[in-house]
Amino acid sequence: MDRRQFIVAAAQGSAAAACGGLLWYALVEQQARAAVPLRPPGARAERDFAASCIKCGLCVQACPYDTLKLVKTAEPGVAGTPAFTPRDVPCYMCENIPCARVCPTGALDPQFPDIAKARMGLAVIDPESCLSWQGLRCEVCYRVCPLRGKAISVVNHPRQISKHALFVPVVHSDACTGCGICEKKCPTEVAAIRVVDPKLVQGRIGAHYRLGGKPEAAAPEALPSTAPSKPAPAPTPRTPPPAGALDYLNRGATP
Amino acid sequence: MNLPSALTSTPGAARPVRHFEMPASVGGRLRVLRFTIARRLVQFGVLLLFAGTLHWGWQALGAPLLAGNLSAAKFAGVLPLADPFAVLQMLVAGQWLVAEVLIGAALTLVAYTLLGGRVFCAWVCPMNVVTDAAFWLRNRFGIGASEDLLRVPARARYVLLAVALVVSAASGVAAFEWLSPVAMLHRELLYGVGLGLTGALGIFLLDAFAVRHGWCGHLCPLGAFWATLGRVGQVKVAFDDASCTRCGDCVKVCPEPRVLHFGQAAARAMIAAGECTACGRCVAICPERSLSFALRVRVRRPPAAAHAEPTSGGNR
Repeated sequence: MDRRQFIVAAAQGSAAAACGGLLWYALVEQQARAAVPLRPPGARAERDFAASCIKCGLCVQACPYDTLKLVKTAEPGVAGTPAFTPRDVPCYMCENIPCARVCPTGALDPQFPDIAKARMGLAVIDPESCLSWQGLRCEVCYRVCPLRGKAISVVNHPRQISKHALFVPVVHSDACTGCGICEKKCPTEVAAIRVVDPKLVQGRIGAHYRLGGKPEAAAPEALPSTAPSKPAPAPTPRTPPPAGALDYLNRGATP
Repeated sequence: MNLPSALTSTPGAARPVRHFEMPASVGGRLRVLRFTIARRLVQFGVLLLFAGTLHWGWQALGAPLLAGNLSAAKFAGVLPLADPFAVLQMLVAGQWLVAEVLIGAALTLVAYTLLGGRVFCAWVCPMNVVTDAAFWLRNRFGIGASEDLLRVPARARYVLLAVALVVSAASGVAAFEWLSPVAMLHRELLYGVGLGLTGALGIFLLDAFAVRHGWCGHLCPLGAFWATLGRVGQVKVAFDDASCTRCGDCVKVCPEPRVLHFGQAAARAMIAAGECTACGRCVAICPERSLSFALRVRVRRPPAAAHAEPTSGGNR
């Protein structure tokens, strides 16, 4: 083989490898960004979870309720990784978290401390099909919730025209683990309360909003608060608006 | 197919050449097929241990007997095992992993490397059953006599091995594990059948009709991984040059015909290449019994042949 042939052969080989590699990369990326199924408790963030899960199924075998299933090829989600469908079998929130304990890679944190801190998903309610929202005293989701009163509470909601109020379930995202028992037990034909990936439904206010009537201590660059526990930083001196500058808005309004 | 040029050119083939003939007796046939039968028993035995633990709750020492699958497993609740190639991809992808899987991968790596890396391929891998079936079909219906439909270099698997690691590093996920037809086949046999079996069917068709030994012998990066480590394996096929007549029957049945290079084999008194899967087909059919399984440390180099043949270079 002379030098020219070698260079041509090397270029052909590299091009074939690069072509295959790019296709492969596209496939892997596409799968990595596809719809996310509900993960077992203690899972890393989805991208890292899917990457560090070795797809051995030890968590599936450890689950005493047959909740977990390995995602089959061509089902939504990365094939071979564990997931569950609450309407089939929800997570019954074992206190010792056997699924996470047996994970050999750490895709599920084997030392995950407290099942109540799991965030497998977030329950959301469809008021259009929720019986409570139709005026019935259903409240099944509230009753079956393992964190009743913390993750789901029932609140009184005024009803138009009728003098009877509604009693509607409300999910609190700070406590909901996404176990899905509510979805499993919801009596409607298609569950009116469902566990979904929080990213699909949760918004974020943004730090620049100042909410009236709420303590602002949590905001990092909060305006001087009146809370006595915190020494108020020196108020930023503001140049007072020139007298009369904004008065045109009220011109003629005062009696 | 092409026989190695060394086949015809090597001296010492003065004795009459006898070819292998399948014995008529059942006992003789079983003897010829003994390694194949043993391999099927091991392959299905491993699958049965996993399935028994998963579906029927088999236990040992009060813990699940063999939980998990070929990607990662736990034996009797104490011994972790893991696929070192999968773990390598994850590490390259930048994932930090807990100690258990690293220990398991190290144990598996040492065990298979000592045995001879590709012992996994011929004795444990479930895809081997599929590709062996395709090879049988090829020979039975004479498909093998015609040219391969596609020409794939046998070293393509090493390129795929490298590409798998590069894509793992680029995407941050274990690239081969995400589409490994081997893992899919094994997983879906255990945990429920989805489309994973289509991969196995595709490989069957590839091997049967398009490329002779297409998957295991040309493409599989996992096989390439084990072949790389298999060079230092301890279980080897020993070769007795004195009795060999160069009939070439071993080359015809070998799934990796390149490893049966008579010059190199004579010089080292064994089949040294890492691609050898230790399937034992050649051992079973050699009419002169020139081939046998032996531990590497027990193989003695013939003093005369040690420098008679250079050990470098291929035979094509």
